Amino acid sequence: MALKIAVLVKEVPDAAVQKRIDPATGRIDRSGERNLNPYDTHAIECAVQLKEGNEIEVDEIIAVTMGPESAVRALHKAVSLGADRSIHLTDAALAGSDVSATGYALAKVLEAEAPDLVLLGQQSDDGESYTVGSVVADHLRAPSLSQVIKLDVVDGGLRLERQAEYGYDTLQIPFPAVISVGDAINEPRYPSLKAIMGAKKKPLETKSAADAGIDTAQVGASGSNVQCGDFHAPAAKAPGQVIEDENTNETVEKIVAWLDERKLI
Amino acid sequence: MADILVYVLHNGDAFNKNSLGAVSEAAARAAEIGGSAHAAVLGGEELTDEMVAGLGAYGASKVFRTRGTAGLAAPVVDFLDTVIAAHGQRYAIFGGGLLGFEIAGGLAARRNAGLTSEVVEVQAQDGELVAHRPILADSQISVSRYRGNLGIIIGRINAFEAKRSGAGAAEIVDIEVEYQPFSNAAQLISRGEQRGAAVDIEGADVLVAVGRGFGSGDNLAMADELAGAFGGNSAVAATRAVVDAGWAPYASQIGQTGKTVAPKLYLAAGISGAIQHKVGMQSSENIVAINKDANAPIFEFSDLGVVGDLNKILPKLTDAIKAKKG
Amino acid sequence: MSEPAAGAVRSQSRGSSNGRVLDPDGKPAYGPFTPAQFPPPYDVEAEVIKRGLDPEDEIIDVGVAIVGGGTAGLATANRLLQLLAEDPELMAELGEVPVAVIEKAKTCGGHIMSGAVMVPDPLLELYPEMTREDWRKHRFAFGEVEKDAVYLMPNAKRAIKLPSTPPNFANEGNEVVSVSALARYQQRTAEEAGAYILTETAATQLIVEDGRVVGVRSGDKGRGKHGEELANFEPGTDIKARVTVLAEGNWGHLTGAAIREFDLGRHREPPIWELGVKEVWKVPKPLDRVIHTLGPWPLKLSPKYGQVGGTWLYPMKDETTGDDLVSIGLVVGLEYKDATTSAHDLLQLFKTHPLVQKILDGGERVAWSAKALPGGGYWSMPKLSMPGAVLVGDAGGLVDTVSLKGIHHCIQSGKLAAEAIYRSLKGTAPLSKYEAAIEASSTGKDLWATRNTRQPLAKGFFRGAPLAGLGVASRGWLLPGRWGWHRNDETEMFIGNTKDSYVKPDNKYTFDKLSSVYISGNATRDDAPNHIKLEKHVPREIAETWVWMCPAGVYEIPDDAPKSGRVDVIVNYTNCVQCGAITAKGGRLTPPEGGDGPLYTMV
Repeated sequence: MALKIAVLVKEVPDAAVQKRIDPATGRIDRSGERNLNPYDTHAIECAVQLKEGNEIEVDEIIAVTMGPESAVRALHKAVSLGADRSIHLTDAALAGSDVSATGYALAKVLEAEAPDLVLLGQQSDDGESYTVGSVVADHLRAPSLSQVIKLDVVDGGLRLERQAEYGYDTLQIPFPAVISVGDAINEPRYPSLKAIMGAKKKPLETKSAADAGIDTAQVGASGSNVQCGDFHAPAAKAPGQVIEDENTNETVEKIVAWLDERKLI
Repeated sequence: MADILVYVLHNGDAFNKNSLGAVSEAAARAAEIGGSAHAAVLGGEELTDEMVAGLGAYGASKVFRTRGTAGLAAPVVDFLDTVIAAHGQRYAIFGGGLLGFEIAGGLAARRNAGLTSEVVEVQAQDGELVAHRPILADSQISVSRYRGNLGIIIGRINAFEAKRSGAGAAEIVDIEVEYQPFSNAAQLISRGEQRGAAVDIEGADVLVAVGRGFGSGDNLAMADELAGAFGGNSAVAATRAVVDAGWAPYASQIGQTGKTVAPKLYLAAGISGAIQHKVGMQSSENIVAINKDANAPIFEFSDLGVVGDLNKILPKLTDAIKAKKG
Repeated sequence: MSEPAAGAVRSQSRGSSNGRVLDPDGKPAYGPFTPAQFPPPYDVEAEVIKRGLDPEDEIIDVGVAIVGGGTAGLATANRLLQLLAEDPELMAELGEVPVAVIEKAKTCGGHIMSGAVMVPDPLLELYPEMTREDWRKHRFAFGEVEKDAVYLMPNAKRAIKLPSTPPNFANEGNEVVSVSALARYQQRTAEEAGAYILTETAATQLIVEDGRVVGVRSGDKGRGKHGEELANFEPGTDIKARVTVLAEGNWGHLTGAAIREFDLGRHREPPIWELGVKEVWKVPKPLDRVIHTLGPWPLKLSPKYGQVGGTWLYPMKDETTGDDLVSIGLVVGLEYKDATTSAHDLLQLFKTHPLVQKILDGGERVAWSAKALPGGGYWSMPKLSMPGAVLVGDAGGLVDTVSLKGIHHCIQSGKLAAEAIYRSLKGTAPLSKYEAAIEASSTGKDLWATRNTRQPLAKGFFRGAPLAGLGVASRGWLLPGRWGWHRNDETEMFIGNTKDSYVKPDNKYTFDKLSSVYISGNATRDDAPNHIKLEKHVPREIAETWVWMCPAGVYEIPDDAPKSGRVDVIVNYTNCVQCGAITAKGGRLTPPEGGDGPLYTMV
């Protein structure tokens, strides 16, 4: 079989930008510098390594995003890193979607493409919900695993490893599957200058909610079941205790007593 | 009726600590909104009546039990979906961790529910639950309110404390679940393999963090010994300067460009506490700082600050902790 | 003129080491020391000039390559694309990539800052369709200056307003802008018009073939601490161009090498530099005027410190958010002699003056940046063209530091360069005509008028001030002839007491260097090679100079280093915001991996 791989990517505020909430909308202010979510580059690299490897044939790698007009840049970057084409789901009706609604909308786009493998990064640098892959998978009725740090093609499926609650798990999963990869899985490459300059020429399809068959009652701020608000600063930390070391034996006693009181030894 | 359902993860004959915390949290909040806390467990024969009913001690009034493979999310999604379809719980709370995210995501899709990750506090307001989650590098708290029939809350690790506050044994309700064809598509080949070698500072409970104040890479042995004295899940972490100097592996680096950690104890020695470092460790539960410069910024956010020479203090501290542990 | 930092050969022959006791490495054993005596181990010609292009199938072919997506480089791109839009034939002839802009920051504007009060005319000419109101809607302009005030500051408490504003500080009618925001706008405009903007890409080599610049090479990515290739290593690429524009800002990496390669500094004065540190504050009540202070406070008056500088406070109104902002900054000439001179700490100190406190009261710092700028003016300007390439903006030294003005010169020079490039591509005039066009323009005339104005300041702030004023008032007529410069790295450094005046940060109004670097959005890969070339074993005077000078806390002296004699300097290069000051004072900044460094906004 030849695999069709879709990689879900997201445009996020650049890591260097001081992120803040826009008081007017209650959403993250995305007016500053934006970039491809750094975690997503691991998913793209994973797809590219599968394509370059000899274990299985890969037909094509499709980068898929949902976001405003500017998200095209994230798709260009994904393509410069090795995707063959990209799909941009963009519609005013989608703005303000929560994780559940976003997963539903992305799943609708993916349904039409019917990929054998959907890859994601482990989290977005801004929302940090860690869950969109599982939402997408359930809509696609496909098995799903997250935080995967090793992925090999074995017996016509994937042999995966990940660190879960009790240590490392090894799993076997058939296609189609939705896998979110941990950032330890690989070291993403840098795009070459030629790839960067060529990215704009690769096919980019823009889809509206209607194009993707999305029920707009289920997306956007009004279609989302979580409403975020009441943003406030966390409680300030009380000032700590300070000891001057004049007699080391006494100092150490004080430290041990302090640790013991908090059951840290 | 506004009951709260908690999936309780287990391994062998022990329940997960964060899951137990979620049960206690659910019990406390359910009491405030006029409902009960229900638990759900999925596994094999190891889930004995005695073990399962014991969840009552943490506040669960009822435990739904079904048979299946533990350690995978999809079967649990089917299970919880079946339970909620039959009993109509208004909220689902997860204690955090990997499976929590996976199950919650699947359940949100299945039941078209709102979901909030990384919750540190749950409050009852007018018969509803609202979830507080830190956002934007913990600089802000965002408050989630839910619409629809089900609201999902995923706690941050260690956010909910397990309390034996419940009254007696929980009622056990065994149910049959019809699994979706894809739910058992993933096969667990091996679970919970322990691996040493690589430095895992993110998972450690106790971190001894070293800064340039050590003066030379050779002195880091003092930190290794101190971490060793704490025993258990402890490790040595390092600042960028120390990694830059080649004294410690890159994998052990804390900070803006390194790793973010939140151990129970963060013992910083010879670290001045530049903001780049601070953002990587400020969520630690207890911060102890040892530095010879009284003006070091780290003293502004440490719980216990020790102004002194680490070369003198660390070896004695190591001995004292060893002695204390016996 | 050679490069200040590349003076290994020169400083041995003409440094003050003759007849003195030398250390085993040939450096003077006893002071006074100058930074030039300790040049960095770096061979500019071998490292920066690449002789010949790689094979045809490995290179990228572009029409015009512009190195640096700042105000000047993007003005060149903007104007050139306007001309090409009218000339589809030439556009097609230039190929798939008619114009490429190579920018090392994550985005154009990410590495630049300016005060900034701008003379509006060149930008109005560059974007004839836009009004100043439009500029403000695009959030790179923040209002027209209505009032000016200039103060003398005798000490930490007092300020004396000059009865009338000296002509060089008259800003009524000018526009307060942010160059980091302007460049982002220019980038969009250029992209829409057909330019390829290659961000996160450093140009590390100038490619010269048969005595002509034929392009530049982009930097490697994915090298380790010791220069080794990491698993994700991606080598640089030769970018072949019919014309190359060096718009790298003050003494850019390639510009310096080009000046040496093509002897562009012949018969000119050496470059001298200044270091500016700037903050943007959100304030509860608007400032109603542009303020400049001439000191001497917080600098030292006595010429033994060699400190020349000034400060500014500019009002900014963000029309989108309605926020009232203030740009505040301090600039100090790098000819100073006291090693403990720190522009960052001097700015923090300046903010404690009652005049400033009143303005910032209840406010919040929202941005910080630092950058070196050319201070030499007309006599230090190198020749601006060479076969196949031109210099624009700060790279060409086109800054009038007496008026603290350079942005309109950047735009003007970019525009004139674009026109000269267009004509040279058409074959109607040689590229070198650009030089004459600059001389004939308002930029050339302004810089000529102030050509001898700053020099007297080097003699001590107050002694020189009246002379400088005379020069400005007479547009240069009363300071005839040619007043020269001493190189910044040939100053004899001493460890003075300027540092004693610095304030301990209160983290509300005053901050330490690391907090400042943090809000600059600085991110440099931790395991990248060190991009700062420096002799690390130097006399304490030189080491202290670097420690104090660097606004980003890059240099450190170990606590246990000897109190005198040579010390080993620690270089925390990942803190570096690439201000470039080190190149003036004995080291050399080279570009780190593309994408590394600060991400300035609003400055």
